[in-house]
Amino acid sequence: MIQTKLSWLSVFTLAIALTGCGGGQESAPAGGASTEGAAAPAAAPSAPIDPATAGSVTGKVAFTGQAPANPVIRMDATPACAQANSEPVHADEVLVNGNGTLRNVFVYVKDGLGGRTFPAPAEEVEIDQQGCMYRPHVLGVMVGQKVRIKNADSTNHNVHPMPTNNREWNVSQPPGGEDLIRDFPRAEVMIPVKCNVHPWMKTYVGVSAHPFFAVTGEDGSFELKGLPAGEYTIGIWHEKYGTQEMKVTVEAQKAATADFSITG
Amino acid sequence: MGEKRDSVYMHRFAILTAIATFFLIMAGALVVGNEAGLAVPDWPLSYGTWMPPMEGGVFYEHGHRMVATTVGFLTTVLVLWIWRKEPRSWVKRLGWTALAAVIVQGVLGGITVLYFLPAPVSITHACLAQAFFCIVLSLAVFTSPAWQSVQESHEDSDSPAFRHLCLAASAAVYIQLALGAAVRHRVLGVLAHLLWAGMVTVIMLWMARRASVRWHQLTSVHRLSGAIVILLILQLILGAGSYFIREATKNAVQPQFSTVWITTAHVAIGALLLGFSWVLTLMAYRKLPCSSKIYSMAGTPEKSLV
Repeated sequence: MIQTKLSWLSVFTLAIALTGCGGGQESAPAGGASTEGAAAPAAAPSAPIDPATAGSVTGKVAFTGQAPANPVIRMDATPACAQANSEPVHADEVLVNGNGTLRNVFVYVKDGLGGRTFPAPAEEVEIDQQGCMYRPHVLGVMVGQKVRIKNADSTNHNVHPMPTNNREWNVSQPPGGEDLIRDFPRAEVMIPVKCNVHPWMKTYVGVSAHPFFAVTGEDGSFELKGLPAGEYTIGIWHEKYGTQEMKVTVEAQKAATADFSITG
Repeated sequence: MGEKRDSVYMHRFAILTAIATFFLIMAGALVVGNEAGLAVPDWPLSYGTWMPPMEGGVFYEHGHRMVATTVGFLTTVLVLWIWRKEPRSWVKRLGWTALAAVIVQGVLGGITVLYFLPAPVSITHACLAQAFFCIVLSLAVFTSPAWQSVQESHEDSDSPAFRHLCLAASAAVYIQLALGAAVRHRVLGVLAHLLWAGMVTVIMLWMARRASVRWHQLTSVHRLSGAIVILLILQLILGAGSYFIREATKNAVQPQFSTVWITTAHVAIGALLLGFSWVLTLMAYRKLPCSSKIYSMAGTPEKSLV
């Protein structure tokens, strides 16, 4: 009798585990290019913007305080990654420019365009995997715009966007494999994209419903051109320092200024 | 004579399966620690092959799959062996349960990869791993010559009974491991895990003290409870270490060796703590039956002496 009890006791453990505790992958075929998730053809602008009445927003993202040290990335677990870089590779999470500005800040019109719609541009945006790093580290695309993802490395990568407002996917990309061509059908700031084989590899994609976005570069500045006159909320996003926003008024043929400051 | 030798080999094989399961739990912890759960996007194949290049996160994820396949194979052999040679039907049933559990566990592992690590599935996967470990340990205990030989039983008139204390300790550790899995998969904060650690400590020390004071003449019980106390102390140290090192490295751009190894050790010692408690529970039921009835533990359940 007691053996039966003990047997059931063991089974009970299993039952607790099952009751108490509680996509799909794709692989890029070789050669050519693969596309997936194409959005419906973009609509024409609901109200074309007259360049004569358009202005712009310019500004920069200043950085004050102590910039964190960017540690050297350990790539020794993947010889192909270590061999692809003759110099030690540092993390590119926080890049402070020589002029005291911050690089890799996504800047965009967060609000103010009303119900205007904009077609996705025909040109593709490119993400490359070089030396086991994503290039670029931060980028912006429009809803429905094609993103071409390349693997220039001699090792396997997996490309894994982790959106909250778009569909998640995870695709392996072997060396010499075909480019992946994808798009994101819904606006989202930002979508982290990760390689789980090399967990330091991250890039961030800002998906915008309009073309008024930019990513700060080596001088920390940005310009959003062709905005119809009006009041706008300009948002910025940085991987480590989060978000800020600012209201600006754009007048025809003039440049409004939106200077941001981030403290480290 | 031949049957007896067969039984000994079956018991040893069950121990081997339990050891392999322990390493499988460690391999799973390494996958989580190295953030490699999705390093291989496909399942059941890995990058469309049985053997992808073992680099980066693939080493941990595919390595985990290889150890899991080995455990699945060992379990299948063990269950078939039990089915053919074991006379006790309840042991056979437990064997089939083990086989079902390892299959479900494999499917859960696949689902968690294909659906991008949904926390409920990942946590269930972690919990079932520990439950499966206990089932395999149970098979190892039930097939042991010591279990099957007629032994003197001791009357336990204490309240609560020692076997109930052991059972409570096992349940408490199991709940703690489930909470730990929820913390690792970011469903829970660490507070519940910390508070329950206090409960686990109290129950285990109570159990160990009872073993030491009342049942010190039972060498195996005494030794096992002593080992549990040592594991408990080690586990508390590793738990504190895991917490502080995770906090210190939470902004690191890649998994840090120190964090990975201390958290993996924490999971491994947790599994050992559960396993030892569970074996002690079985031994307590075997050696210290309730005061009103003394059962023969050697034969079938019907062979009660009362």
